[in-house]
Amino acid sequence: MSILVNKKSKVLVQGITGGEGTFHTTQMIEYGTNVVAGVTPGKGGTMWQEKVKIFNTVKEAVLETKADVSVIFVPAGFASDAVIESAAAGIKVIVCITEGIPVRDMTRAYDFIQSIDKNGDEISLIGPNCPGIISPGECKVGIMPGFIHKKGKVGVISRSGTLTYEAVDQLTKLGIGQSTCIGIGGDPVIGTRFIDAVKLFNKDKDTEAILMIGEIGGNAEEEAAYYIKSKVKKPVVGFIAGKTAPPGRRMGHAGAIISGGKGTAAEKIEVMKECGILVANSPAEIGLTVKIALDAKKKSLKAKKSDKKDKKHDKKAKKSDKKTIKKKK
Amino acid sequence: MKLHEYQAKSLLKKYGVPVQDGIAIKVADDFDNAVSQLREKGINQFVVKSQIHAGGRGKGKVFNKSNREELIVDGGVKFFGANVDGAREYAHKILNNILVTHQTGPDGKEVQTLFVAEGLDYKKELYISILLDRSVSKNVIMASTEGGVEIEKVAAETPEKIIKVWVEPSVGFQAFQGRELAFGLNLEGNAFKDFQKFIAALYKAFEELDTSMVEVNPMVITNDDKIVALDAKVTIDDNALFRHKDFEELRDLNEEDPLEIEASKSNLNYIKLDGNVGCMVNGAGLAMATMDIIKLAGGEPANFLDVGGTASAETVENGFRIILTDPNVKAILINIFGGIVRCDRVANGVVQASKNLNIPVPVVVRLQGTNAEEAKTILDESGLNLISATTLAEAAEKITAALA
Repeated sequence: MSILVNKKSKVLVQGITGGEGTFHTTQMIEYGTNVVAGVTPGKGGTMWQEKVKIFNTVKEAVLETKADVSVIFVPAGFASDAVIESAAAGIKVIVCITEGIPVRDMTRAYDFIQSIDKNGDEISLIGPNCPGIISPGECKVGIMPGFIHKKGKVGVISRSGTLTYEAVDQLTKLGIGQSTCIGIGGDPVIGTRFIDAVKLFNKDKDTEAILMIGEIGGNAEEEAAYYIKSKVKKPVVGFIAGKTAPPGRRMGHAGAIISGGKGTAAEKIEVMKECGILVANSPAEIGLTVKIALDAKKKSLKAKKSDKKDKKHDKKAKKSDKKTIKKKK
Repeated sequence: MKLHEYQAKSLLKKYGVPVQDGIAIKVADDFDNAVSQLREKGINQFVVKSQIHAGGRGKGKVFNKSNREELIVDGGVKFFGANVDGAREYAHKILNNILVTHQTGPDGKEVQTLFVAEGLDYKKELYISILLDRSVSKNVIMASTEGGVEIEKVAAETPEKIIKVWVEPSVGFQAFQGRELAFGLNLEGNAFKDFQKFIAALYKAFEELDTSMVEVNPMVITNDDKIVALDAKVTIDDNALFRHKDFEELRDLNEEDPLEIEASKSNLNYIKLDGNVGCMVNGAGLAMATMDIIKLAGGEPANFLDVGGTASAETVENGFRIILTDPNVKAILINIFGGIVRCDRVANGVVQASKNLNIPVPVVVRLQGTNAEEAKTILDESGLNLISATTLAEAAEKITAALA
């Protein structure tokens, strides 16, 4: 029913005793997430709010609790170290919420994760600088408001935080639920990219449609769009924020910048349309556009079914024709 | 954070990158002093370079600061050879006047610093830069025989003339990559050897200074076959500034928009634009989407403003203040998606801020998320000129109406 995280996920919180860590761990547990461990170096052996056991290292925590998902709330200067620590300890899904990590640190952490991936031990890093991942009704690993989500069959991938909430809220209000929503983050170097998430959603039999919310900067949306064109049969809807953003200025996210005339919204939208993605023109119409795509899919399925019926009908008709011919003979 | 050429060169020099020598001056009277210091180093040819955070300086035009119309001189960078008198006169003319280049926009930028530098005789201009290649999350070194022109132009017209080498993060820059680049640039003899040291030092500087980009355009081969950085553009990764406390003094606030500086003091991320509808939003992606919807509603965004996660009365008030300093603003759209932050709290903040300030334009407030209904009631019953909306589509309609 979901990708990467589900009700079986055992979640470990790195930086559980900090302000952010404490607040969001409370929220995650309230949502029903199975938080099995916290890590704060120096506080190992104590308990977090009498609920979660704290460890000094991720390695110890994994050994004892079998945690398989980690979420990182440690400050920017230590966050890439936390990512690498999780990866080295065998965590499979690493969600890094922290904002403001130096690019140099992230290129190294990313490279380390790639090297483990090459050994066949696949790791999904989500973020950094992201809201996290949620499989509605099952597991929330991140800082998104849980109540706006609804369990269902649309997979959502986005570079943004509040814009994702906006889109999810529109979907839920239209009665359209989500299988999993991933905020991949707004930084120039991120773990899971659009294309990686699209691949996972494409494989997930319970995801019927995919919503991609991108923004200016880089070419990750185009990369995913070309993949979708060649490999994805499920309907895909897209939106790109920043049509009115000026070139050369960083629009809040470190990665949201049009540089050297590249990475404009117009460019991305054109490629997405060319690859068969239905692109919402207005941010107010994201939910509606998904609905249109889902309705169109239903119609075409019905059409196919009735086509098949017609064909059967034709065959029968032909057979009966033959019979009548025979009879005539 | 962008650096000036003279700052970039002094940092690169510390890493052993051979750079054009020079002295930065802020008052024209220091010119002679700078020249005599350079002469002591055996330098007898001079070039005067305006220091602004924009490219295209050589082909720019300098205008009188008081009327911004009178053309003072063509070119923001000039070579004078041994003609010190000419250089001195030029320095006096351009300092504290406005340099307009194709990158500054029509308003140009005031020249507040000059780099009085060694005039080099060279036989070839080359291009070299290092930056992150986002598509593979690795640093890429780009080199080209087409130095002295914009790399975007080369990329568009003759992409085969750009050589790229990607650096593996686990092993770092390797000597063979230096050779690959040098062969690609058709370097020979001493220039080939010199380049190996040059590029290794440049890459080390790129990494250790936490830069997001280093561009040397042109890198020149001098008449005596040495490799020298004639220009240098360095941008520091803002996220890494916490480990380079000494870089704070390199920040040139004159190059930044005063409103943007003011906003950053209140932890607001503000970018001024040219439109007529101001906006205040929580989150960067939603802020961009809000700008887009303003345009769809028939307006033009006057700014980008991300108030961050909290959106308290204080941040909202600061946001209003900053938006209202722009006389072009005819309406304001507040768009907050309250997830963790509760909408009724934000609504109270908006009401309080509106009472404290006298807001002369209509304000459309769209609050969605936790306690959105209560928030709407608070706004509607405030007795203030606040127009409430719950969906984005409704907010857009109300902006259209407010502009009519």
